[in-house]
Amino acid sequence: MQKAAVCVPQRKKGESTEMNKKAKQKETLGKVLKRIKKYWIYVVFSVLMAAVSVALTLYLPILTGNAIDYILEPGKVNFTVILSILKKMAVVIALTAAAQWIMNISNNKIAYQVIRDVRREAFEKIEILPLKYIDQHSYGEIVSRVIADVDQFSDGLLMGFTQLFTGVITIIGTLGFMLSVNVGITLVVVVITPVSLFVASFIAKKTYKMFRLQSETRGEQTALIDEMIGNQKVVQAFGHEKEALERFDEINEKLGKYSLRAIFFSSITNPATRFVNSLVYTGVGLTGALSAIGGRISVGQLSCFLSYANQYTKPFNEISGVVTELQNALACAARIFELIEETPQVPEKEDAKVLQNVEGNVKLEHVKFSYTPKQRLIEDFNLSVKPGQRVAIVGPTGCGKTTMINLLMRFYDVTGGKILVEDSDIRDVTRKSLRTSYGMVLQDTWLKSGTIRENIMMGKPDATEEEVIQAAKLAHAHSFIKRLPQGYDTVITEDGGNLSQGQKQILCIARVMLCLPPMLILDEATSSIDTRTEIKIQDAFARMMKGRTSFIVAHRLSTIREADVILVMKDGAVIEQGSHKTLMKKQGFYATLYNSQFEGRQQSSVNS
Amino acid sequence: MKSLLVYLKDYKKESVLGPLFKLLEASFELLVPLVMASIIDKGIANGDRGYVVSMCLVMIALGVIGLACSLTAQFFAAKAAVGFSTKLRHALFQHIQSLSFTEMDTVGTSTLITRMTSDINQVQSGVNLVLRLFLRSPFIVFGAMVMAFTIDVKAALIFVITIPLLSIVVFGIMLWTIPLYRKVQASLDRVLGITRENLTGARVIRAFGKEKEETERFCQSNQNLTTIQMYVGKISGVMNPVTYVIINAAIVALIWTGALQVDAGNITQGEVIALVNYMSQILVELVKLANLIITVTKAVACANRIESVMKMKSSLEFNSKETPCREENGHKAEEMIIDKNDDRSEKMAVEFRNVSLRYQNAGDDSLRNLNLKVKRGQTIGVIGGTGSGKTSLVHLIPRFYDVTEGAVLVDGRDVRSYSLEELREKVGMVMQKAVLFRGTIRDNLAWGKKDATEQEMYRALEIAQALEIVRGKKDGLDFMVEQGGKNLSGGQKQRLTIARALVKSPEILILDDSASALDFATDAKLRHAIRDMEGDTTVFIVSQRTSSLQHADQIVVLDDGEAVGIGTHEQLLKTCPVYQEIYYSQFGDEEKRQLG
Repeated sequence: MQKAAVCVPQRKKGESTEMNKKAKQKETLGKVLKRIKKYWIYVVFSVLMAAVSVALTLYLPILTGNAIDYILEPGKVNFTVILSILKKMAVVIALTAAAQWIMNISNNKIAYQVIRDVRREAFEKIEILPLKYIDQHSYGEIVSRVIADVDQFSDGLLMGFTQLFTGVITIIGTLGFMLSVNVGITLVVVVITPVSLFVASFIAKKTYKMFRLQSETRGEQTALIDEMIGNQKVVQAFGHEKEALERFDEINEKLGKYSLRAIFFSSITNPATRFVNSLVYTGVGLTGALSAIGGRISVGQLSCFLSYANQYTKPFNEISGVVTELQNALACAARIFELIEETPQVPEKEDAKVLQNVEGNVKLEHVKFSYTPKQRLIEDFNLSVKPGQRVAIVGPTGCGKTTMINLLMRFYDVTGGKILVEDSDIRDVTRKSLRTSYGMVLQDTWLKSGTIRENIMMGKPDATEEEVIQAAKLAHAHSFIKRLPQGYDTVITEDGGNLSQGQKQILCIARVMLCLPPMLILDEATSSIDTRTEIKIQDAFARMMKGRTSFIVAHRLSTIREADVILVMKDGAVIEQGSHKTLMKKQGFYATLYNSQFEGRQQSSVNS
Repeated sequence: MKSLLVYLKDYKKESVLGPLFKLLEASFELLVPLVMASIIDKGIANGDRGYVVSMCLVMIALGVIGLACSLTAQFFAAKAAVGFSTKLRHALFQHIQSLSFTEMDTVGTSTLITRMTSDINQVQSGVNLVLRLFLRSPFIVFGAMVMAFTIDVKAALIFVITIPLLSIVVFGIMLWTIPLYRKVQASLDRVLGITRENLTGARVIRAFGKEKEETERFCQSNQNLTTIQMYVGKISGVMNPVTYVIINAAIVALIWTGALQVDAGNITQGEVIALVNYMSQILVELVKLANLIITVTKAVACANRIESVMKMKSSLEFNSKETPCREENGHKAEEMIIDKNDDRSEKMAVEFRNVSLRYQNAGDDSLRNLNLKVKRGQTIGVIGGTGSGKTSLVHLIPRFYDVTEGAVLVDGRDVRSYSLEELREKVGMVMQKAVLFRGTIRDNLAWGKKDATEQEMYRALEIAQALEIVRGKKDGLDFMVEQGGKNLSGGQKQRLTIARALVKSPEILILDDSASALDFATDAKLRHAIRDMEGDTTVFIVSQRTSSLQHADQIVVLDDGEAVGIGTHEQLLKTCPVYQEIYYSQFGDEEKRQLG
């Protein structure tokens, strides 16, 4: 029952930014309205019914007042008139309730359907966002936009619709009715009421500072908790608990101090406005009673005024709350629209071909690439791979081996030159046909939530049971799957939490073994599997790679030696290229890298 | 829930005075309609302007006193609530810190963090609201009814019928919707799950060209969510109209009864107005009460989540420092310490005796019947496949977990007889995941030894091959490490965590696959430096690379929790098939022939 993140409207200082903020809010509001337009019929209902229900609600005290005017003193009670008034009241009450109900339903329909549409839009955008965006933003942040922000937005939208609108109508309506009954008393109400608004905004300004201090301290504390509890094993290993607690207490005390102030000052608002309301009530009572003595109004009208005084001031108190809520909702909406309006990946060309009959000819011509314009990575890189060839990519960690995969799969577009598969530029073919031509196993093992079978069948939804089992056997997954409680129907929780890293990787391999695309990309495909199982899987890999163009990223140099072409990468760029033999002869970076693994052994022979 | 109330104990005064002042305020509020009734009945009826003015002054006075009471109440409530949550947060943090690895594994840190933060905040606002409103709202509701009785018994009977009816509607709808809201939450969780999955798996989903299917899947869950949200909305949307009908029907009844009673001369016109006013007040308070109950149910749920953490006990019990050996009497314990100092070199630094380990809720042993003797100053290599129990083995030395069978001895004493500080003082641990904390490099190194000198730090950095990192930074040791060490590379972090463990010159140094991010050359240099370290530090190295372990005095080969070989590199290469397999998988047959 908690939200992942609370969306707080950003407050900026300065006139110009204030203007900017207003303009931006207006713009966001426009976008919200555009999405509401689809449900205009409900909006019409909602507005209509709100007006009806408010009008009837306001009419009721008049009827009550009328009835009371016929109850004067013993013997002076007109039962027939009272009865007819009460009948009228019953009808008004029933109508009001019906109008309220229809309004509630309409508002629900509008709010929930609009946010459904917005969420859908956001998700559809996620599916076509360039990977660059996804790589650069934390998942938590994007998720919180789709979930928490949309939630906050829907709360605000619903509340805004129900309360702001009825509030405004109530104020206008009450004012009208009051004026129609008595101008003098109305003036009393109109003059005193703004005081409560003034008081509320005064307090809000004062408390804002306290709240900011509180949330800053809270943030500081959360960071500390995140760090210390998140890494508790290290904390305990170093016996650092006492120091951690001391630091925690220091912040905790500070937080307690600020929270007390923030909560207390903010809780002044209600009693203060209530006090102002009681002033209004008294004001109406005083002027009303004096007018009644003067015979200008009846007692029933006074009672009607008294209930108006209550109804008139209440929306004022609520509206200030609703306005902050709405502003908050708009700020959240702005964050969602930011995501929705993010530039998507370059759309496919209208005449994009579907890659067919891929044999495995891959050519990179004068490829230039960099993630940011400042830092150039790959400059004028050329490579030609014939069907069935094996290309190994090596280099120290963080040298940018995955960059190559990003380019081949067109997760990122080259900044210069071109990549050709079967002599067509990969930007001229459909993304789907390009990507499904590759079988990809990544170091970062990812499985979708669902059963094991569904995961293996991901690349080939129409596979038969035999094929699935065959693929699992090839990847040496069958034996462990069989031992799982529900076998192939075992549900994998999100992110494969119930499987070990190695098991997940084996499933990723089985997934590719089943669909067997014409080309392969293996990025540290066996990094989490122990070396003995790995050897067994290597056999299967070797069979799979036969006749298939494959790109392999690996740490273990023994797997690399047999490659037809070795690309040696360092600091993001390809610095050497060639076969094992030619590279060893060159005595360059590759040779150093290769020899370093035997450093230990040479040392031992020197020692002995 | 109940056990958490202890933390409110120090705020007894505030917790009593808060609601009390709130009640005072409510009582003054209840007087207002009566005053207004007498204005109408006496002031207007008799044309007495002076009386009207003086009564209005009374109303203002009531307002001022009410305001004062209410402010006092708010202050006490806030003080109690904040004080409570501050204490609770302290206690929870301290408690979580005392939990052992076993509990951390089963619970998971992310939920502990939400419990420390948002759950406690929720409880805080719950306590605050309860202190302010829980007495006030029912008091006003029943107070209004009592006031009605003082005016007229017959009219008051309408209150007696209306209040339970309203309560049934308001609380009935609430009880109906609360479980539904839980369903909404579950649907929302599914939508969240799919969104997350599509971000973490963006590459794979696109590689298989599954964008359309995923969008469909999302839309389905999204539609489910909307459907249930609208259903709940429909139910709770009934609340307002129905309560409106009940209250106003009651007012209609009041006017009719009032008319009869006035006609009979039992009550006055002004009193009828007062009755109508009381009825309106009830509605306002009931709505407040319903909101309050929603907040309170949330707070109670959160409180229960917190309580369940508080109830969790650490599965490890440690001796306190003062009594190192509880089983022994004081005399003998002293003897043992002297004994230890005498022939330290002959005692085994670390010994595993028939050790078996099974993790909580695990189906199988992670370590089985392990025996190992390690002399002071030896270097021990631990190797084996994924999940073979390498990390489990070294985690037993600083007693992160307790053995299920057998015993682990450090310096000839069972680890279970040490105090926590004493044992962990001896051990320097470098974990698989390189974790650094926000603060300067100096702060981070001081974790190993609080009063470490700069010289000691530089020595540790030198051994850990981390000197160049510090030298490369403008601020040197005062370089600020960001949270999680984000501004350092994986290799840099790893070397700094090694240095951190070395600062305290531990008797036993454990490197748990801690050189994985280092290239072969740096890894080799590091191993040399550790070997050349002064003093007779016992070193455990866990690694997947045989090249990292070749010089170890003993290598433990683990396979599925069992030690299938213990010996030197040369011995194992001859006798241990698992070791051979690992070795040749890394060096290939070519080297085998070359070495041959």
